[in-house]
Amino acid sequence: MTAATAVPTRAPALAPRLKAALVLFVLFALVPPVVMAADDPFLILIATRILAYAIAAMALDLILGYGAMVSFGHAAYLGFGTYAVAILSSYGVTDIFVQMLGAVLVSALFALVTGAISLRTRGVYFIMITLAFGQMAFFFFISLSAYGGDDGYGLSQRSTVLGSAILENDVTLYYATLAVLIALFALCHRIVGSRFGRVLTGIRENPVRMEAIGFSPFRYQLTAFVISGCMTSLAGVLLANQAEFVSPAFMSWHRSGELIVMVVLGGIGTLTGAIGGAVAALLLEEVLGMLTEHWQLWFGIFLVLMVLFSPRGITGLVEQMRGRRE
Amino acid sequence: MANLFVLQLLNGLQLGVLLFLIAAGLTLVFGIMDVVNLAHGVLYMVGAYFLATFAALTGSFWWGLLLMFPAAIVVGLVLEVVVIRRLYARSHLDQVLATFGLVMIANETVKIVWGVSPLSVPTPEILSGSVPLMGPLQYPVYRIAIIVTGLAVAGGLYLVINHTRIGMLLRAGATNRTMVSALGIDIGKLFAIVFTLGAVLACFAGALVAPILSVDTGMGESVLILTFVVVVIGGIGSIKGAFLGAILVAVVDTIGGVFGPILLRSVLDPAAAGQTGRMLAPMLVYILMAAILFARPAGLFGGRA
Repeated sequence: MTAATAVPTRAPALAPRLKAALVLFVLFALVPPVVMAADDPFLILIATRILAYAIAAMALDLILGYGAMVSFGHAAYLGFGTYAVAILSSYGVTDIFVQMLGAVLVSALFALVTGAISLRTRGVYFIMITLAFGQMAFFFFISLSAYGGDDGYGLSQRSTVLGSAILENDVTLYYATLAVLIALFALCHRIVGSRFGRVLTGIRENPVRMEAIGFSPFRYQLTAFVISGCMTSLAGVLLANQAEFVSPAFMSWHRSGELIVMVVLGGIGTLTGAIGGAVAALLLEEVLGMLTEHWQLWFGIFLVLMVLFSPRGITGLVEQMRGRRE
Repeated sequence: MANLFVLQLLNGLQLGVLLFLIAAGLTLVFGIMDVVNLAHGVLYMVGAYFLATFAALTGSFWWGLLLMFPAAIVVGLVLEVVVIRRLYARSHLDQVLATFGLVMIANETVKIVWGVSPLSVPTPEILSGSVPLMGPLQYPVYRIAIIVTGLAVAGGLYLVINHTRIGMLLRAGATNRTMVSALGIDIGKLFAIVFTLGAVLACFAGALVAPILSVDTGMGESVLILTFVVVVIGGIGSIKGAFLGAILVAVVDTIGGVFGPILLRSVLDPAAAGQTGRMLAPMLVYILMAAILFARPAGLFGGRA
């Protein structure tokens, strides 16, 4: 019987991915010395941007990969994060922890309300509704003329940490972003492995059966949706500091699409994959942008081909190749 | 005030019939093929560019419009055969990604072929000028022509869908496509026809609007999201829903933008009313959508959520 064969094992699929994440984090930590040697300070800003997007992609993967909720409005939360920095600092509140708290509170409220409405629907409806709510936030900030509206708003300074301006140094900002990424990865990892995470995955696989054994899918999904939105807004706080500029462009629907691309590129439902996907997508963008001014054309072709020929992203490709080798 | 209201109502109606032309194809593609097509807004843009090009080549708006149709059919068919057809059996996520890729490809291609500066199309002479409506109020003939054309197409679609064999298949397909295919209908061919019909309608909307808007690469995107709102409000797969949804969204959008601040002025002081009105106006349609979905998650005429 099954009881006899149930030998206690560690979660088998998780361990190698955790190892991959650790390798990634070590590589990330080695970026600044290498860039310093190359003597191109601009590269460190690009790397910071990549890490910030990795946070957002990972947060999206939490609901997209583990909860099968295709949110097409996640750029809105990036926007809440960036504008939390701009608006609070214009009132003299420059501490990054207060700004993060503000971003998280606004995002939690927005995610709670729009999530509660969106989760009443399924499939195509859910995609289109989250997209529409994302646009709603986008238009709100476009009409926010006190902060530049469409043109955006330049920040006079970066956020401070407990009164000190250490983030003005690009390398410090980079390591701070990396620290947030690692902390949130650990949190996501815990969430996915917890009872909550398992219920969420169960709902992804079969909502009717989960409901039959006494779980309310709506509450679990909404909680995950709110958590994901809040995490994404933290990425926005870091992005505003990286760019020292905020504008509604951070929340356009193209940005939401790019976040989904990152998650899928790395392989959905893997967390580590989302981080790798963000790195791959943004590097591809940078490289294509250097080669041709029409990088969007090639990126688009790449996307279509990827969907048609490698539905499971880079992780799928790697696993496929490994499977063939063995 | 009454004049302004009538003027905005007509503007809303004009935007509404355009939205309907785009939404009709989109709702059929969603409803019958269960495909999320982000590239639908691209077709609207391409239609406008086709008209601008052909009208400039032939020197006549009418020849441009006539030549736009075969070009639109070719674009629709090629898109269906090369990409969309391979997405029917795939997840919504894959469809989102692939059609998002198509949007990027199309926007860049348009920039390469036609350049970044917007094109303008002259209004055909016979439809230029304005007609007096009531009192001192004038309204452009061309906009009236758009409204009439849009309503005529809506009527034609209604006849096709409710009184022809292909329309019967479309309705059956939107309800249960497996059953339709089990009854011996070539579902692949039906899908190709539906997609091409939707593409032609979207291109037609773009061509119609070309003389009153500047034709540029961003034009498909703002319309795409509004069209999504229309389809969601109307209920996926429902042409009737798309029509009512389109008119509702367009009228709320245009009337709300003008009368929202005026109404607010009665409760707030003028400066605050102007500020709040400007911020609320672009959000109105989304609030409307949220309210409708809260009451009816499957939209006004949607069967299933």
